[in-house]
Amino acid sequence: MTQENKICFQHGMRDGSPIALGYFAVAFTLGIAARNAGLSAIQALIASILNNASAGEYAGFALIAAGSSYVETAIMTLVVNARYLLMSCALSQKLKADTPLRHRMAVAYDVTDEIFGICVAQPGYLNPWYAYGAIVVAIPGWALGTFFGVIMGNVLPTRVVSALSVGLYGMFLAIIIPPARKNRVIAGVVAVGFAASYIVNRLPLFDGLSTGIKTIALTVALALLAAILFPTDSYSDKEEVH
Amino acid sequence: MEHNIWIYLLVMAAVSYLIRMAPLALIRKEITNKYLRSFLFYVPYATLAVMTFPAIMEATQTPAAGLCALIAGIVLAWKGCSLFQVAVLCCAVAFLVELLPVF
Repeated sequence: MTQENKICFQHGMRDGSPIALGYFAVAFTLGIAARNAGLSAIQALIASILNNASAGEYAGFALIAAGSSYVETAIMTLVVNARYLLMSCALSQKLKADTPLRHRMAVAYDVTDEIFGICVAQPGYLNPWYAYGAIVVAIPGWALGTFFGVIMGNVLPTRVVSALSVGLYGMFLAIIIPPARKNRVIAGVVAVGFAASYIVNRLPLFDGLSTGIKTIALTVALALLAAILFPTDSYSDKEEVH
Repeated sequence: MEHNIWIYLLVMAAVSYLIRMAPLALIRKEITNKYLRSFLFYVPYATLAVMTFPAIMEATQTPAAGLCALIAGIVLAWKGCSLFQVAVLCCAVAFLVELLPVF
């Protein structure tokens, strides 16, 4: 590991620590769902190590509990996790063009809302070692949270679990608000995003759609609108910001 | 038909990984189209904003606690607090608001 990679790895570990804490809390509640679906603690642990997806795993456990078909499970996982497809497309532009395939395949392992969030917030190109640093601390939080969720069920006070679950959203805000302060288009995207999301989630008209579908549809609509109205070249001048 | 939990887990894992890996492995070059670049540039902000609200109000036991945490998070992030500080202080705000008997 070169000196630069080592520093990036350490920065990743630093930024991954609050994610690990938040993951533990969220995964704990996920573990309770896993137990209700009939999974053992080891099965839930492995599910979390292999999936790294809260909504995707929730959906999967629900289908397992219902005894659905494998094809149905595959389609549901695809739909619920489709936003990661968009995130990976965006992330592909954060990697240097000559980044080797093995690094691309390794970074892909843990493209989650949070890891993706801190990776795109990096100035300039993303060094894969930054992602690895974040992943090595975040994954144990996620996997062990699920494990203990199955074993301990409802031992932690609800109050504590619900307070901890807010941490993930706090992290999202820490990622989107500072750029929104500097760039009025981003500020607009965030504000309209809040409003549109509220409307779509509250109107009974959209009740039939899953959360995953709503997220994808709103993301595509908003980003498309912003791109057409305010095309930007921000990727290339990103390095000048820092 | 009896289903095997391990096969379910394998199916879920395979689909989750392929979705994430395909774009990263296949899009090797820098995209030059201005609109596509702009679209991908705005995706993270759009998606993170959409996922935060109103979901933050459903994560807590009372919507008020989530709303207070949201406002606190926006103010703290605006003031330049770090990722960790914002996350921890949001949790603290939510916890304290839920202790208040009014809500």
